[in-house]
Amino acid sequence: MAAPNGAVPAIEFRDVQKRFGDTVVLDGLNFTVAKGDRVTLIGPSGSGKTTILRLVMTLEDLTDGYIFIDGEPLTHAEVDGERVELKPKHKTEIRKRIGMVFQQFNLFPNMTVIENIIEAPVHVLGMSKEDAIEKARGLLDQVGLADKEDAHPLELSGGQQQRVAIARALAMDPEILLLDEVTSALDPEIVGEVLGILKDVAESTDITMLIVTHEMQFARDVSNRILMFDGGRIVEEGTPEEFFTNPKEQRTRDFLQAVVADPITGALPWQPAPGASGTPAAPATPTTPSTTSTTTQDGDPL
Amino acid sequence: MDSNFEALGAALPRILDGVWITLQLTVGGALLAMLIAVTLGLLARQENILVRGFARAIIEFFRGTSLVVQLFWFFFVLPQLGVELDAMFVGILALGLNYGAYAAEVVRGSINSVPQGQWEATTALSMTSAQRMRRVIFPQAWALMIPSLSNLLIHLLKGTAIVSFITMADLTFRVDQLRIDTDTFFAYTVGLIIYFVLAYILTLVMNMLEVQAKHRLGRGESLREALSLRSPDTGVDAGEGARS
Repeated sequence: MAAPNGAVPAIEFRDVQKRFGDTVVLDGLNFTVAKGDRVTLIGPSGSGKTTILRLVMTLEDLTDGYIFIDGEPLTHAEVDGERVELKPKHKTEIRKRIGMVFQQFNLFPNMTVIENIIEAPVHVLGMSKEDAIEKARGLLDQVGLADKEDAHPLELSGGQQQRVAIARALAMDPEILLLDEVTSALDPEIVGEVLGILKDVAESTDITMLIVTHEMQFARDVSNRILMFDGGRIVEEGTPEEFFTNPKEQRTRDFLQAVVADPITGALPWQPAPGASGTPAAPATPTTPSTTSTTTQDGDPL
Repeated sequence: MDSNFEALGAALPRILDGVWITLQLTVGGALLAMLIAVTLGLLARQENILVRGFARAIIEFFRGTSLVVQLFWFFFVLPQLGVELDAMFVGILALGLNYGAYAAEVVRGSINSVPQGQWEATTALSMTSAQRMRRVIFPQAWALMIPSLSNLLIHLLKGTAIVSFITMADLTFRVDQLRIDTDTFFAYTVGLIIYFVLAYILTLVMNMLEVQAKHRLGRGESLREALSLRSPDTGVDAGEGARS
């Protein structure tokens, strides 16, 4: 799982353990995310996916092990064989390279849309207010909300709030973007507009992305690597092609069958349902047909 | 009865002097209480056990001792220790410490009630803890704490009545004087009415602060709309009204 060509990975987990009380969520987890990678973590609830994002964002303390960002330790370093916690100032410096979009948007209700976006660039990065506003307007345009800059977050729909939250995260020019179930709190018909924007971001930038989602079509479209988690361990990993068309592990097959298969035909959404057309897939992903050819019954685990 | 009103008219300048003293104590005490409340409320949330312990000790001590005894202590005991303090200063100090200790709990509780997601968003934006508190958490906590603070402010106004014990000629003292020229029923009824009017004015002011604080969070109409008689606008228009 080492990064290719010995390049320094954007994110490295080394023997990471996370416990909540007696519950072991992650137990000796090792993985790396190369720069520019788009990695989606999938797996059942409670498998530790969201915890991984929260550890990278330093919203949780890791119980043991190390996380490296661009090769630099994030919260703890090994000094003379001892595991030493680093100073808060160091964490803050590293953290500036990382942005996060949350399931519940978490916009600041005491600020307008544009104030939400320029807050951290001005007060954390020290950008001039004029520059920050100009940049924020560009981002609002990108997420299709140019006319909402003076609105209050609570006046916006959930989908609009999430688009502002994406703009707010991007305004910090993150090297790494963490997406934590960004569409789970949205009405099904709005999910597509938010995912469309993220797809554009993925195509137009080289931001490293670590994604937790239940939208398998989105995972397939955006990521170049998928990690399947269960019980705090990586069960299987691969490219979306391998992963969705020919999963190796029974656990993965069961999971995919449970979350994405058409309840009536048993077909996966990116495969034409046998003998049926027009039946919508279970999750409301924009059902652009896959570019891959239809898998044969042999290749299809279902 | 007419002679009562004549006596009231004659006593009016002195009663207004008393109202003025009461108002000075109320406003001074409230400002000091707020300063103490925010300071102790923030300290009581610190991880450092010494800092937190210090704040908790002050809060518990001043909540747990009688306001009258505190007042007497500052006014009669301190001079014996060589510290002579002005009565107005002592009044404001005792009221500020006592109500500040109560309000510190309100401040602490309101800050803790700001949703977890707001705190996490500030971490994700690498804000410092000072920026987080000043720019994100406190403005939201402020809207939550106003109803309780407004309650305490009314208590504080009524609490000022005890300063007549330390020789101050406040409203209660003047009402008591009015008894000499009128009668007990008349004088104390006048006292009730004046305190009620003062308390009601404070309530209105606090209600306006609450409307304004909520409007800043994008909830409810702006203060100007709340005060005007025309029908409320839609939420979007309210947002635009705030900017103009």
